[in-house]
Amino acid sequence: MGAKMFGARVARLEDPRLLTGRGSYTDDFHLPGMLEAAFVRSPHSHAKINGIDTAAAKAHPGVVAVYTVADLPEYLRDMTVPFQVPNPAISQPFQQRLLEDREVCFAGEPIALVVADSRYNAEDAATLVEIDFDILPGASDCKSALDDNAPMCHANSSNNEGAKYTVGYGDVSDAFANAHLTHREEYWIHRGGGFAIENRAVVAEYNELQDMLTIWSATQSPFLVKQNVVDMLGWESDKVRVIAPDVGGGFGPKTIYYVEEALIPLVAKELGHPVKWVEDRRENFLATNMERDQYWDMEIAVDAGGKLLGVRGKMTHDSGAYMPWGIISPYISATTLPGPYILPAYELETRVALTNKVAVTPVRGAGRPQAVFAMERLMDRAADKLGIDRVEIRRRNLIPTEQMPYALGLIFRDGKPMTYDSGDYPKCQVEALRIADYEGFRARQETARAEDRHIGLGIANYVEGTGLGPFEGATVRIQPSGRICIYTGGGDSGQGHWTTLAQVAADKFGVGIEDIDVQKGDTGKIASGVGTFASRIAVNAGSSVHLAATEVREKALKVAAYMLEAAEEDLDIVDGRVVVKGADLSVGLAEIARAVQGMPGFSLPGGVEPGLEATHYFSPSQSCYCNGTAVVEVEVDPETGWVDILKYSMAHDSGTLINPFVVDGQVQGAVAQGVGNALLEWMIYDDNANPVSASFAEYLLPSAPETPNVDVVHIESPSPINPLGVKGAGEGGTIPAPAAIMSAIEDALSPWNVVISGAPITPSMIVEKVRAGS
Amino acid sequence: MSDRRTISVTINGEAYEREVETRLTLADFIRHEVLLTGTHVGCEHGVCGACTILLNGRTARSCLMLAVQANGQEIMTVEGIAPNDTELHPLQQAFQDNHGLQCGFCTPGMLTTLIEFLGDNPDPTEREVREAISGNLCRCTGYQGIVAAALDAAKRLKGKETAGA
Ligand code: FES
Ligand code: FES
Repeated sequence: MGAKMFGARVARLEDPRLLTGRGSYTDDFHLPGMLEAAFVRSPHSHAKINGIDTAAAKAHPGVVAVYTVADLPEYLRDMTVPFQVPNPAISQPFQQRLLEDREVCFAGEPIALVVADSRYNAEDAATLVEIDFDILPGASDCKSALDDNAPMCHANSSNNEGAKYTVGYGDVSDAFANAHLTHREEYWIHRGGGFAIENRAVVAEYNELQDMLTIWSATQSPFLVKQNVVDMLGWESDKVRVIAPDVGGGFGPKTIYYVEEALIPLVAKELGHPVKWVEDRRENFLATNMERDQYWDMEIAVDAGGKLLGVRGKMTHDSGAYMPWGIISPYISATTLPGPYILPAYELETRVALTNKVAVTPVRGAGRPQAVFAMERLMDRAADKLGIDRVEIRRRNLIPTEQMPYALGLIFRDGKPMTYDSGDYPKCQVEALRIADYEGFRARQETARAEDRHIGLGIANYVEGTGLGPFEGATVRIQPSGRICIYTGGGDSGQGHWTTLAQVAADKFGVGIEDIDVQKGDTGKIASGVGTFASRIAVNAGSSVHLAATEVREKALKVAAYMLEAAEEDLDIVDGRVVVKGADLSVGLAEIARAVQGMPGFSLPGGVEPGLEATHYFSPSQSCYCNGTAVVEVEVDPETGWVDILKYSMAHDSGTLINPFVVDGQVQGAVAQGVGNALLEWMIYDDNANPVSASFAEYLLPSAPETPNVDVVHIESPSPINPLGVKGAGEGGTIPAPAAIMSAIEDALSPWNVVISGAPITPSMIVEKVRAGS
Repeated sequence: MSDRRTISVTINGEAYEREVETRLTLADFIRHEVLLTGTHVGCEHGVCGACTILLNGRTARSCLMLAVQANGQEIMTVEGIAPNDTELHPLQQAFQDNHGLQCGFCTPGMLTTLIEFLGDNPDPTEREVREAISGNLCRCTGYQGIVAAALDAAKRLKGKETAGA
């Protein structure tokens, strides 16, 4: 029997293909007769359209068709993208139309679609589409957008408030009345994006003979694409197949369904040719959803010993012009704030503002980095005011592990009461501090100061709901060749599902992972699916693979017992063969698979159903809660404002690990995005909401020199609510990063009493603060 | 508008002669005319490095070059790195062993960049590796696995040399 695969630190099966250029991303498809599309998008954040003239574009060489609203089938002209996650708190659930011909509400909103024999010709023709605009003022900053005299995001609205709600529990007024100390502060977190290196892309092909439409999309959620294509275009579900091939990074924005994913299939069917559209990077900056922009006006109440009594405040969330994902991000923010602490009373009022920008939907971390930023900054302030160490105040408030499972008193986005299922928060903090050598830090700091170097240490804790339901399924099938195949619905955009799901199944059959194939993200291969987002695949699909593989194993044993004329209890599966324990008698999984394929006229061995396969759709009872502690040591140059991250330590508890190697990579990559959020990434708009930073020359992603190595220590508190004990691991690294980094910068610059209340912070902002403090 | 020229280039040891539009980028030529889709395009403005190829042994951003500029020259793309269909180059193997890739989209550019770099600097420090790939964006890995892979590959390549010597 081979080594145990579940939990092993093994290299990925995905890699050889991707390392040799044999991946197949959406833009790699070249189908016979394929045409290419380019979009004409609004150059203005807000404008009325008086007229569109496509004559010159249509006459351009190579152009096959130009579509505006008027060229769409009548039933689609006013159709909007289906509203995914309704909520009674939403008062103005604006959704985008397929194309716009009356009023554009963000720069990048599609107005026309040009299809030509090449992308070059399509782009040439796109520039020839003439549009008569009346430019309207735009609502830009989300806080000002809620002012009485703000320009309207949608010209016909009377205000820009898209939603409003309050969450909380406990008696907040009482908490503040009895406080030893309170502190109130405003925080601001910038807008930024996922910025996968592969942009979005769609290829669609209609096969007339089979009356079948196939869509390849660089999406995290092929089933969501299919459902929306079916709903919007009114096509039969079994005539549409959506495949997410290799996807070059997702990070949230590719979860969402976009109008391009309806238009490209529509025109492919109409024109009788496959059509490809690949987003370019500028379009990606304009038309792919982003996240983060929030203002928090928050107040904390503590007793004399630094114990939390209450937190209250108001938050303003920028939703952009439309709300395709409702209020998921701000709702997650609101429910994330209490984190790992015993917080007796909490109240947060959230107002969601409509602004003339591309829509806000979850980006890695999904509303949590903002909430953690607010809470952890408040903890730092309370500690500083009380003269307690920033680490110590946290230690005093962490939920002790004996109190698990811990009911928070809030309702999560899945509609279920928030109950932290497991975790050892005090141990997590201790471990992070241990690998950060916190004990030696103050001495290091003194030595550095003596050399006129300014180092500082910051800490932040978080708890993250992961493994969101309702389900993700898996089919496990042993093929007549003996090879095991797993099918699951979510796409893979770098997470390594082939490897990790194979690890879940391998031990059931005593095989290595190289004997297993995983086919993911194809609606033609499994009946139902949801998608790869919300750190949900290990929990949902992983558990389904476990259940299905267990059933297949039992079936294999049953059939083998019949074939070998042995008792089932005497059988085991070793190296892909069912063996009779202690006897020289065995039958291979391949033979069993062939036996249950059925032979005309013969009954199936053991009276089983045909096929050596099983399908399960694991549905978790609620989310499971991952947690972690980040400890960051930085050196700041007070003259240039440059921040150098010297040491980044992270204790991370995502339950039982399927493959620590892969989880390390997820944490490291997520931290890098958090570093970007803290120090570099900033999507800037002018006062009318026109984007200013729409290329990688202005919007800075972390590159190798400024990205730290991350020391990760894993705490494994198994989740009691799924059969594997796993929790999600893809987003945790991002969540505490801005909070911890700001805390460290403040500590480094404490001689100048620098206070940081927003993210990102740039070198020039730091220099200004140092100057103000000296 | 569609001014066309015939060009001949060698890609991964194979000669190609094609008539192309003069405005066609080298990246699009490689990907969509020659159909070697391993070279990726992530920004088309010279920042991300995903399109990096080796032109006469030196890195070049194929999104910033026209195909006609490559006329008569020798190109190596990611498809040409491995010694054969079943084995990986030591750098590729190091990437797998150090979790140097997740989605794989930046990977071709990372590999070509590092092949040139390790040729020039067979014994680099971590800092030097980080500088060398500072023009290649990876959104997935946080670079840690890539840097570890590069350092590991340097060792493997040196070992190979010593073994071969
Ligand atoms: S595609 Fe060439 S540098 Fe980004
Ligand atoms: S591995 Fe995905 S961008 Fe680098």
